[in-house]
Amino acid sequence: MSVDTVSLTGWGRTAPTTALRFRPRSYEEAAATVLGCGPRGSIARGLGRAHGDAAQNAGGSVLDMTALDRVRAIDAASGRVVCDAGVTLHRLRQVMLPLGWFLPVTPGGRYVTVGGAIGSDAHGDNHRAAGSFSRHVVEFALLTADGRVHDVRPGTPLFDATAGGMGLTGVILSATLRFRPVATSLMSVDTERATGLDDLLARMARGGHHAYEYARVDLTARGRATGRAVLVRADHAPVDALPAHARRTPLAVRAARRPAALPLLPGLLGRLSATALNEVGYRSAPRSRTGELQPVPAFFHALDATPHTNRVSATGGLVHYEFLVGHGQEETLRRIVGRIARSRCPSFRAVLRRFGAGGPGWLSFPAPGWNLALDLPAGLPRLARFLDSLDEEVAAAGGRICLTDDSRLRPDALAAMYPRLPEFRALRAELDPNGAFRSDLSRRLSL
Amino acid sequence: MKDAFGAPQSLLVLGGTSEIGLATARRLIAHRTRTVWLAGRPSPALDAAADDLRGRGAYVQTVAFDALDTASHETVLGKIFTEGDIDMVLLAFGIPGDQERDEEEPLAAVRVAQTNYTGAVSAGLVCAGALQAQGHGSLVVLSSVAGERARRADFIYGSSKAGLDVFTQGLGDALHGTGVHVMVVRPGLVVPNAAAVRAAGGRGAGERGAGGPLATIPFTRTPLVTTPGAVADAIVTGLRRRSETVWVPGALRAVMSALRHVPRPLFRRMPV
Repeated sequence: MSVDTVSLTGWGRTAPTTALRFRPRSYEEAAATVLGCGPRGSIARGLGRAHGDAAQNAGGSVLDMTALDRVRAIDAASGRVVCDAGVTLHRLRQVMLPLGWFLPVTPGGRYVTVGGAIGSDAHGDNHRAAGSFSRHVVEFALLTADGRVHDVRPGTPLFDATAGGMGLTGVILSATLRFRPVATSLMSVDTERATGLDDLLARMARGGHHAYEYARVDLTARGRATGRAVLVRADHAPVDALPAHARRTPLAVRAARRPAALPLLPGLLGRLSATALNEVGYRSAPRSRTGELQPVPAFFHALDATPHTNRVSATGGLVHYEFLVGHGQEETLRRIVGRIARSRCPSFRAVLRRFGAGGPGWLSFPAPGWNLALDLPAGLPRLARFLDSLDEEVAAAGGRICLTDDSRLRPDALAAMYPRLPEFRALRAELDPNGAFRSDLSRRLSL
Repeated sequence: MKDAFGAPQSLLVLGGTSEIGLATARRLIAHRTRTVWLAGRPSPALDAAADDLRGRGAYVQTVAFDALDTASHETVLGKIFTEGDIDMVLLAFGIPGDQERDEEEPLAAVRVAQTNYTGAVSAGLVCAGALQAQGHGSLVVLSSVAGERARRADFIYGSSKAGLDVFTQGLGDALHGTGVHVMVVRPGLVVPNAAAVRAAGGRGAGERGAGGPLATIPFTRTPLVTTPGAVADAIVTGLRRRSETVWVPGALRAVMSALRHVPRPLFRRMPV
């Protein structure tokens, strides 16, 4: 097992801290690391794609799980997969798509490990129909602080605490996942433009039958155009929607036909370039188009087309702000979008989704309502206070902030956002009295 | 833990009655800081400072700390770190001395050097070690523009700050990549408030603050004089940007980069 001392950050590259990084290659090595960790504890880490400090552990141990990457068993008849926690969703999709099975939930980036997707209860553009990642987990193996491995099934407190529990209940070693059947490897995509936030919300509230739906919101537009957006809806294309030559190999894995993201250069994150890119993004989208066929990578992973998009911001890194407010709280959403637009924050990528029913996870983020996620350069002056004031609006509306990507929430704002936090703390106190599992996130928010 | 903007949740101020230290603590409490340790010689002023910060909503503890008693630093400061993580250490102690008297009394000069340099080296190394062990944190050291070039008017104070400045730079390099962020702050002449800044704006204002003695430089108009509040603001901004060197006011960087290269025979004749 390799061990080195490294400085780690989340994908947003803010607040670096140093830890001892262990790279276990077997469950036994992982257990030995957890049992042997010092007073500053340990935390599992996947590919480091979460923006915040959830997979950092200053002065302690970090278990890099990426060496545990075996796909152990596939049931091609029922679409079930047993795999190690360090397997990426990208690899699982490559393995399963030719067999006619697709990931039940696809988060924005493809380089997410199975353990990370469970620990943060990842959500995708199909949340309204499919829920979050943990809904499709049949079982997982959890290494707890005492060195024992538990087989955890849905409906148990340990499952509910671990799904979205940010790795603080233990280390997920392996999982059994349920995939969904698909007929082709292409997406049938509908695109339309919404001229403002009201128009967008009305369109999103109207349309219903698509599996995937999200809107790229232009948060730099002001005045009547505030909240204008490109609304994208998609389904897995049926075989008869394919051109004749493609019908013979409907499940062939196809590469994206066009570069899906603009190649950004360091230091481009300015107000002017944000406005320009948002303008181009909005104008270049078709006013209304239906049934466009896109390969899976082009539809789901436009961001991954450009490597190291997180290095675009030259100094200070990126802050990812992701919140949700319930249905009926559209007024709060309007107010927040208006405030961001008026403050002229150079926000590059803002995505609005409509969430369906939430999962059972105690600290799981998704809940029914509106979810807005955006990236902002951390170096903006007065941004900290501004986001704090947005938090207050979100909390007052009964909403919450996503812990996976958080790097700045006030600890005292947390309890109102996650009402089951006391249960989570109690279970941790019982399961892990000496604090073998800790992270910078848990220290910062006293989780 | 610090958040994405570098705002610490816990703060240790070495030199607990320092104006700049307290102004910084007040600003940080308005952000995220909830725990403050004020280290200094026990005095009513230290207690009053603690009360003031408590009134702003922080949990404040005072601890007896003497910069000159270097033998005790490991024990005193080590104890603070065992109570919990410290996200930021502000090394704010220092004495300006009295140049004329210090030249007459070498022992008084030694006291300036020992406080400003030896004491800071000792406390700085103890804190750096503790920060490194916890894997994160900021060490912010108050240097002075006086340490940039020796001046007839204050070379004893200046030399102590020069030593401290170089020590801090080296420490910053040593700790690079360990998760610990070291920042040197070089303020110009620090006067109590904005009114004093205006008063000091003219030629030869002659007032001397803890930060340094630029007042007699003829072109030191108001922009190069600063207040504890302005220094505190610059520290907060520097934390956000993870800066390694901060000049207060910022224009000093340009002024000093020019002054640094003035030939000595000429510099000697300048009314600085």
